[in-house]
Formats: sequence, structure tokens, C-alpha cells
Amino acid sequence: MRFDSCGDAALLVTLGDAASAALSRRISALHVRLTTARTRPAGLQEAVPGHTTLLLIYDPAFTDPVRLRTAVEALQDSPVERIEPRIRTIPVCYHDSLAPDLAEVAARCGLSVDAVIDLHAARDYTVHLLGFSPGFPYLGDLSAELVLPRRAEPRARVPAGAVAIATRYTAIYPQATPGGWHLIGRTPLVLFDARRDPPALLRPGDSVRFTPISLTEYEQMSASL
Amino acid sequence: MTHLEIMRAGIHTSLQDDGRRGYRDLGVPGSGALDPLTLRLLNALLDNRDGTGALELLYGGITVRARDGALRFALGCAAGRIVQHGGIRDVPPWHTAVLDRDETLTIAAPAGTAAAYMAVEGGFAVETVLGSVSTYGPGALGGWQGRLLHRGDRLPILNTAPACRRERMLTHGLAPAAPSVLRVMAGPQQSRFVRGALDTLTASPYRVTPSSNRSGLRLDGAPLRHEEGHDLLSEGVATGSLQVPGTGQPVLLIADHPTVGGYPKIATVISADLAAAGRLRIGGEVRFALVDAHAARDARLAAQAEHAARLATIRDVP
Repeated sequence: MRFDSCGDAALLVTLGDAASAALSRRISALHVRLTTARTRPAGLQEAVPGHTTLLLIYDPAFTDPVRLRTAVEALQDSPVERIEPRIRTIPVCYHDSLAPDLAEVAARCGLSVDAVIDLHAARDYTVHLLGFSPGFPYLGDLSAELVLPRRAEPRARVPAGAVAIATRYTAIYPQATPGGWHLIGRTPLVLFDARRDPPALLRPGDSVRFTPISLTEYEQMSASL
Repeated sequence: MTHLEIMRAGIHTSLQDDGRRGYRDLGVPGSGALDPLTLRLLNALLDNRDGTGALELLYGGITVRARDGALRFALGCAAGRIVQHGGIRDVPPWHTAVLDRDETLTIAAPAGTAAAYMAVEGGFAVETVLGSVSTYGPGALGGWQGRLLHRGDRLPILNTAPACRRERMLTHGLAPAAPSVLRVMAGPQQSRFVRGALDTLTASPYRVTPSSNRSGLRLDGAPLRHEEGHDLLSEGVATGSLQVPGTGQPVLLIADHPTVGGYPKIATVISADLAAAGRLRIGGEVRFALVDAHAARDARLAAQAEHAARLATIRDVP
């Protein structure tokens, strides 16, 4: 592990070099232990998972990097109570009308549209982190056959629920925001609602599976949500 | 219930408190007042709970009217003028005053600093969202309907009993001025920059460009060159980070900054200077001075002592 100060109120803990599902689960486990009342170090305010890191935000009146580092190392050494990843199933409609970039993605990857859908829906993903906007999950790893750079021209508005891919990741836009990823489907689920507890549907470390649904099913589910 | 009606909404007026804590892991930014020091002084002056939300007037002045009752308020970093039947009453900053039912208050645009504040006794009666009334516009969270204030909005005010108290003042308020120097600590990724990049950062001033907003101050000055590319796996970012994209021009991350970022950070503004960073205006210039953790601690204690000394200058208005 590496520890880097970010000013006098944050400490960046780096747990590995390359992003992976296993590393995300380790980061998530450390996050949970650091923010659980029983094992929470004094002065720690919050922790933000990254692909290979955990940012600790603290009150410098109550702690410092040396004490936090000691606390992190002690938790790392303690016997790990296994935290089973939660499995979340997310229905996705890949119909043309909700997937404006699907045909182009298929063409650029040299695949049929059905093959793209099969590759996207066939595997389990891990939530590496939430960021960019409230509740926006970075899900890894995308099939190597679907890896494309971000769009050259980002869209000014991507609809909420859009399921997207770019580089090694797939994601879901929780709100209507600008965005530069390729849109290949839409989910009727609400990814983020500040009035819900917890507000985000996913959390770092979760395992995610996409289930294809028809346009009719999408419309029925949207209406009932 | 008393309401504050917005007659003229200014340029970028929003409700902000001391920020949203504990949801950054879900991608929810901290938000809150750009100048939390001014907010704290106004709340102390009005005997409000520390961290109570107030109106933040970014760059522009506003006009408001008291509806359905009277209210007590105080202004930070800008002066106001109340127009009534008999004439006008001037309200200096750092003084409490009463706005009577149907009276109109005009608050001047902040000068010398980016934001002025209007706090009301008791605070605004709006729903807290994820523990805060701060407005996060890009996510339509908190504040008044998740957005900037518009003409015609009527904000309810909690519990005002303005009749039965003497007015108070802060004899040593904050001067409405932006800082000329911000102190930074190196890192977390100074090693991703060419040798001497920290010297470049501290050698000459940077100008705040017009594409700045409540998320980040986009700076323009001597470019900071990366050693090994500017792509980083996205990671949590601290408020006050100087994040450097491929252009080499740093972005100072402030209140509404995204919780994660994928560019290297050469340095981070120390906690004692974050409120000052929020006072920087577009077009203004600032220098950076490198300090170590001990100096950051001394600066934090000095800032606390200075704040306590200011609070000790609260007096009844004679």
C-alpha cells in the first residue's frame, strides 16, 4: 500500500496498480471497515473509492496521516470477515429506439448487433467506483471485443437510465447529463434518488448482471416505477 | 409563515450551507458555501446554529421583499439598502437588521470577492437533502427545488421573532477581498510532472478564467508539463486539489467539484486557505506558495484563533 497526502485534510491510499474486480472488492472491504462505527478511526469523515485507491477525507483537528495510516494497516492485517459481493440484476432494453449508438458500435467492432448485446449481457461486472455524477457506476471489465475510445463529440444530453460503454468500462447514466460514452441500451431502473435510503442503487464492490428485456417490458417497467 | 420573495435574482444566487457530508462515495459532491468563513460569521451574528443555510450571491446583487411578516437578516461582503414608504435605510455588512413586512431590500453585487451572503435569523425552511440544504445545480439536488433562485420564488423562513431583540454588529468583519497568495502542499501526484514543475507553479501568478464555475477555477498561467502522460485511473479527489489536464493549465477544485477525477494533481490548497480560494474572482490573479504539513497545521491553528477573535467583536449596536 502507498499513502500520499492530498493537502492537510485528505490522504490517498493506493492498494494496487491495475484495476480489477478483486482489487475493487479489497478497496470496498477496507472502505466498509473504515466507516463502520466499531472500527472507524477518530477524525475520519468519509472515504471515496477509486479504481485502485481509497481517498480518506479527515478533520485535521482530530487526526493526521500517521494515525490514519496506522489504523488502515491494522485493519488490513485483521482477519478479513468475508464481505460477499451483492449481486444486482439490471434489466436493459437494447431496442434501436433506446440505443442510438448500438449499430455504430457493432460496425466499429466488426460484430453483429446481436453479438454486441450477447457480449455485453453475458458477463458479471464489478462496480469499481461511483462518480462523475451522483450514483454513476464505473463497471468493469467490458469484453475486450467491445473496447472503444469515448465518442469524439460528447452529447450535450444523455437521458437518465442510458446504458453506455467506453474504454474498458460500461456504465449507466443516473441523471440526464452531458456524456461522451456510446449509448447501447436503456434501463427502466432509477439509479439514484436522494429521497431513497440508500440513495444509490449500486455501491462499490457490487456485482452487476444485465438482463435483456423487450421494448414492451421496458415500457411496462418504466410505467410501474 | 414569513417568506422572502425574490424580486430580482442576480447572476447566480443559490441556497448554500456548510456542505453535504458522507455521500462522496456515491458520487455526491460536498457543495456548500464557496466562502464558509463569511457564512459562519453571519450565523454567529444571528445566533443561528453553525452551518445554517444562507443565500449565496455569486457576482450579482439581488432584490428581495419580506412577505407575510418581518424577518431579521445580516449581510456578509456586500451592503444593502432598504426602501420603505418614508425613505431609505442603509444596511452595512456585518450588521443585523429587520426587514419589515412588504419592505424591499436591495443587496449590492459583491466587489473584491466572488460571493456575498444574506443569512436570515432562524434559517430557511427548506427540506434537507442528504443532510444539507446546499444547492448542487448539476445534479438538481438540495436548495430551492435543486436550482438557482428565480424571480418570483418565495422562500419560507423558520421561526422569526424580529421584534424583541437589539441589533448586533461585528466590528471586525472580513474585508471583501480575494487572496493574493494561496498556500499549497505538494501532491498527491507531483512525481507525474516534469522536474521543476512545482517551481513553475509557485514562480508566477495564475489568472482565473471565465470558464470557471462553482466546481472549479480554471486557471491560466505558466503551463505545468506532465512527465508520463496525463491519464490517471479515476480516483477520489480532495477539495482544493490543483488538477492538471493535458493542456498543462491547472484547475482548482472547489465546492461542487466531482468526487472523482482522472488527471494528476500537482498540489493541494491547505484547509486554512480553502475559504480564501472560494473568494477568487474571474479575471483575478493568484500566486501559490509551497508549504509543508507543519506550516499547514500552524496556519490552521492561526485561522481558528483569528476566527475566534473576530467572533469576540460581536457587539450590540449602540
